[in-house]
Amino acid sequence: MLKNIFDKDTWQEISEVLRKNKFRTAVTMLGVFWGVFLLVSLLGAARGLKNKFDQELGDFATNSVFIWAQTTSKPFKGFQKGRPITLNLKDVEIIRNGVEGVEYVVPRNQTTSTVKYKTRKVSFGISGDYPFLAEVQKQNLVFGRFIDHLDVEEKRKVCVISVDVYRQLFNEGEYVIGRYISINDINFKIVGLNKNGRNGPSDDINIPFTTFQEIYNKGEDISWMMITANSGYNINDVENQAKTLLKIAHNINPEDTRALGSFNFGELFKKLTGFLSGMQFLTIFVGISTLIAGVFAIGNILLITVKERTKEIGVRRALGAKPLEIKMQIILESVTLTLFAGVLGIIFGGFILYLINAFSENSPEPILVNASVSIPIVLAALGTLILMGSLIGLIPAHRAIIIKPIDALREE
Amino acid sequence: MITIKKLHKSYPIGKDFLHVLKGIDLEVKEGEFVSIMGSSGSGKSTLLNILGLLDVHDEGEYYLNGQLIHDLDERKAAILRNKFLGFVFQSFNLISYKTAVENVALPLYYKGLGRKERHEKALEYLEKVGLKEWANHLPNELSGGQKQRVAIARALVTEPKVILADEPTGALDSATSDTVMEILGDINKEGMTIVVITHEEDIAEMTHRIVRLKDGIITSDEKTNQKVN
Ligand SMILES: Nc1ncnc2c1ncn2[C@@H]1O[C@H](COP(=O)(O)OP(=O)(O)OP(=O)(O)O)[C@@H](O)[C@H]1O
Ligand SMILES: [Mg+2]
Repeated sequence: MLKNIFDKDTWQEISEVLRKNKFRTAVTMLGVFWGVFLLVSLLGAARGLKNKFDQELGDFATNSVFIWAQTTSKPFKGFQKGRPITLNLKDVEIIRNGVEGVEYVVPRNQTTSTVKYKTRKVSFGISGDYPFLAEVQKQNLVFGRFIDHLDVEEKRKVCVISVDVYRQLFNEGEYVIGRYISINDINFKIVGLNKNGRNGPSDDINIPFTTFQEIYNKGEDISWMMITANSGYNINDVENQAKTLLKIAHNINPEDTRALGSFNFGELFKKLTGFLSGMQFLTIFVGISTLIAGVFAIGNILLITVKERTKEIGVRRALGAKPLEIKMQIILESVTLTLFAGVLGIIFGGFILYLINAFSENSPEPILVNASVSIPIVLAALGTLILMGSLIGLIPAHRAIIIKPIDALREE
Repeated sequence: MITIKKLHKSYPIGKDFLHVLKGIDLEVKEGEFVSIMGSSGSGKSTLLNILGLLDVHDEGEYYLNGQLIHDLDERKAAILRNKFLGFVFQSFNLISYKTAVENVALPLYYKGLGRKERHEKALEYLEKVGLKEWANHLPNELSGGQKQRVAIARALVTEPKVILADEPTGALDSATSDTVMEILGDINKEGMTIVVITHEEDIAEMTHRIVRLKDGIITSDEKTNQKVN
């Protein structure tokens, strides 16, 4: 029987039946086509949305939290409320040593300064940073390098500027690595050109942490810190523990929720991922239901056509078609229809995704980024279609041979 | 070629049985050209369907080409039909979406022949019935007589032992009927065994032997005036 499946003639016979009954074939395929089309385009769109989020947030470690200090909102241990708090490098050590599961604690200083190059003068945000900032927030250097350990140790006057800064200070195409710009009236050598992600606190210019301390006279104070958790640790726990320690160190009322500010990327990511998986689940659910409905429609229409073709099947049997051959033919018709409809659905779905991507690329703020469906998913879908097609084909196939040839021939 | 002994067949009608064939004895030798006559409802088609392995008998014995037909499953019956039997029906029973040549080639597909061979053989047999130029026409582009000739070519193409025809001229006018009978006569001259059911005396007279049925039994079995080759 297997021989039949690989026999060219079997397929010629099937393609003939399907080709010569074009309308019937088209109508039969519609449901599965639509189901696969929906599945592919919706899944692709969901993927595109995920890519978009990834692109926007991908520069930050997903298990990170930012903590900064504000003013107290509750009195504590004789202190009045409304007391301004400033974090410092000791806090960094406290958290590094006292909180379980912390991976990095990255202190940062930030301010705004006037930056000059030749005759141009613009105000930018200046950050004092350690090299390992790159571990928690990916640095996308176009040219040069990021701040390194020697820079920090020797308090070098070097800086990494963003593309944005570059555009405002330099002429397009100008090579800037090694050039000097003036920050706060001190000359800094440019060592890197950074293409930053669009979101998060803007980093116009990074300089070594120690250099920042010196030129802005910051002492041990820091503006804020970024904390990341080791894998296996919940970033929320880390955040809570860190805040508790900070409250103790700065005599803040444990009940005071305003004194310390924070932004938890882990939480945001969880929400987004939840939203995205929800969407993906929904698309898969909708697509697969449509698909199943489509396959049933194929089964149903084949059942009707088998009834219509009762006489034809009777004739074929009178001419020597064995029951298994008839069965096989109908199952293969079903599989062919299902598969063909599926492939068409994939092609059209892919085409839609292609169009979406083509439009997105030309738009400055695309909603979807690289909307696509992975090959394994496509293959799995095709496999499922073959399986469902043959299963559903069993019903009309059985119906086709249960009737005696003579009764089939008598049918008008 | 065909031997039946005390053949009985009834159809269940509700709780009752309609006894249609009531003990038929018949022998058809190789190369014979036999017609079966009888009034409507006398059991002609029933008999022919049993001979054609399209239906099963209840009692008695049926030997086809020396082989006792007993407890055949559908698969075996299909193989025997393909190998030994060719059918011609009153309503032609051509497959509407297949061209003449494709219709003729179909039994060869079930025989397992390759496509090219099928096509060549089908053309050859279409030529035999004088329809080679019509090979690529669909059935609805053919006249009744042409359709029946395609059906005959289809019955012949597997080179069976017996052609069974149930009122092959029933849907044709008398001139066309004569052509069809002439073709059957020619095939018979080449040695083919043919059994034809007909209502018309003049058609029956064109065969070599007339078997008359009445109420499920054979009432007469005579040679005609036709010269046997
Ligand atoms: N499948 C069936 N179920 C029940 N009764 C049947 C069936 N087939 C035939 N009969 C009955 O058996 C009897 C013989 O039928 P058959 O078709 O053999 O007659 P026939 O001689 O071919 O008649 P006609 O000349 O009209 O074709 C009829 O009374 C018919 O009603
Ligand atoms: Mg009849």
